Amino acid sequence: MVAYNYVFVGLLLLTAIGFALAPLALVALIAPRKRSLAKGDTYECGVKTHGETWVRFRIQYYIYAIMFVVFDVETVFLYPWAVAYGGLGTFALVEMVVFLALLSAGLAYAWAKGVLRWV
Amino acid sequence: MDVGSALYGTPLFAQSHRVDLTVSTCVIWGLWLIVGFAGLFPGIVAYMVWLERKVAARFQDRIGPNRVGPFGLLQSVADGLKLLVKENIVPRSADQVVHLLAPVLVLVSAFLTLAVVPFAVGLVPIDPPSGLVYLIAVSSISPLGIFLAGWSSHNKYSLLGAMRAVAQLVSYEIPQVLSTIPVVLWAGSLSLVSIFDHQVAYGWNALNPPGFLAFLTFLIASVAEVNRTPFDLPEAESEIVAGYHTEYSGMRFGLFFLAEYLGVFSVSCVATVLFLGGGTPLPFSAFPVNLLDGSVGSYLLVDGILLAVFSLKVLLFVFAMFWVRATLPRMRIDRLMNFAWKYLVPLCILNIVFAAIWYEVVVRPGALTARNWAWGMIAAGLPVVLGVQLVFRANRKLAAARAVDADWPTVGTIAEASR
Repeated sequence: MVAYNYVFVGLLLLTAIGFALAPLALVALIAPRKRSLAKGDTYECGVKTHGETWVRFRIQYYIYAIMFVVFDVETVFLYPWAVAYGGLGTFALVEMVVFLALLSAGLAYAWAKGVLRWV
Repeated sequence: MDVGSALYGTPLFAQSHRVDLTVSTCVIWGLWLIVGFAGLFPGIVAYMVWLERKVAARFQDRIGPNRVGPFGLLQSVADGLKLLVKENIVPRSADQVVHLLAPVLVLVSAFLTLAVVPFAVGLVPIDPPSGLVYLIAVSSISPLGIFLAGWSSHNKYSLLGAMRAVAQLVSYEIPQVLSTIPVVLWAGSLSLVSIFDHQVAYGWNALNPPGFLAFLTFLIASVAEVNRTPFDLPEAESEIVAGYHTEYSGMRFGLFFLAEYLGVFSVSCVATVLFLGGGTPLPFSAFPVNLLDGSVGSYLLVDGILLAVFSLKVLLFVFAMFWVRATLPRMRIDRLMNFAWKYLVPLCILNIVFAAIWYEVVVRPGALTARNWAWGMIAAGLPVVLGVQLVFRANRKLAAARAVDADWPTVGTIAEASR
């Protein structure tokens, strides 16, 4: 019988989930459980929590996430190039330098626009 | 049609997506799952924790754990047992389901990365042709788990820690991934086994200028990826209590702890395989892989040597991380992000070009000769040194012009103030 390699990954996933849940289940069985009003409070250094917690966050994080997506997609293009490079000849290097130059221009633009500045 | 063999003469896809599911494969997989992933790797983590406490104690002129068992060897076991009998406290206002799911996700991510690491010849759970992509894919599950942990806790410190963690992990993933591209380029494959084989033939990847630069960036980015000092801002206790796991206690906290050390172990393994030639003891020699003659005895001997050297190298990385932790203070968040985007990313992009030049001069002619090596050093080594100089100098100039630190006491301002 022939199976995909990723069958093992599936089995490993199940093992890992089991490995993580087993001690939690054991804790539920043997550990003491005594609820109290103070214990269930949000711990913010003993000071009563003030205002909303799940608020909208600063845009800066979102911009970093976009930058991440751009460069992650870039690596998706770079991997096949790197794997096939041996069979492609020197012209592949020129092409990739052009691609990298375009991307670097994007990075430079973001940099100049102050996107990379943490405020 | 096999595209690989048509293009290169040698088969591109030496590994297969599929394996024959015979009885022996099933037994080996079962052994990996039970002995490796449910027994050996958690055990390694337990003793890494012990080692870290001992090493950190020595750095601080203390003795460290020495009460439970000889040399405190059973300390981790005692700690594990203690976590098991601790009450599991979940805050009233937290999202109960996600609060439980988050540590499980982080731990699963740490476990899955170990599935493609070749520890010795034949000693690899699976060898998919796209091993490195798989590795990167599963290792980026952990930011998700960390964010879920911070969000579900309904705690401002947790949320801040999670936001920081995601920003940091996402930023350092780029240089980490980009620094593996030279290795892929030289080996012509994404499989970690092929990368190991390439290093047996051509020497360790860390021992040439672009390789060394990639190695350093990979190490720095990896330390940031596993949230260790000096990049442990997500859990900076002096500012945000404990970051994303502020509201975690007992065994759920234990899972985060386990995942962190498992992450340290797995990035050390990956760095060893990608850059330090796996378990080979000598950088430019096929020893001990050339001792293989098909007999079981030679196989055991070779794998014994490879495993021993592999463990030593991993231990070296782990020790280096402990050392860094004992030495360096935590970075500031803006400098942390600057370092990733303004230093490491440009350097990595330049380094890909240097790696291609190195390939042209040294790898493509075929055999590894001293002449090729010397030409490679001139053609790729000089640009690497110049590139590093250029990037760091340009950034220093930009930083000086911007005066980003004007309101912050630096070494210079302290000297001025005391005058």
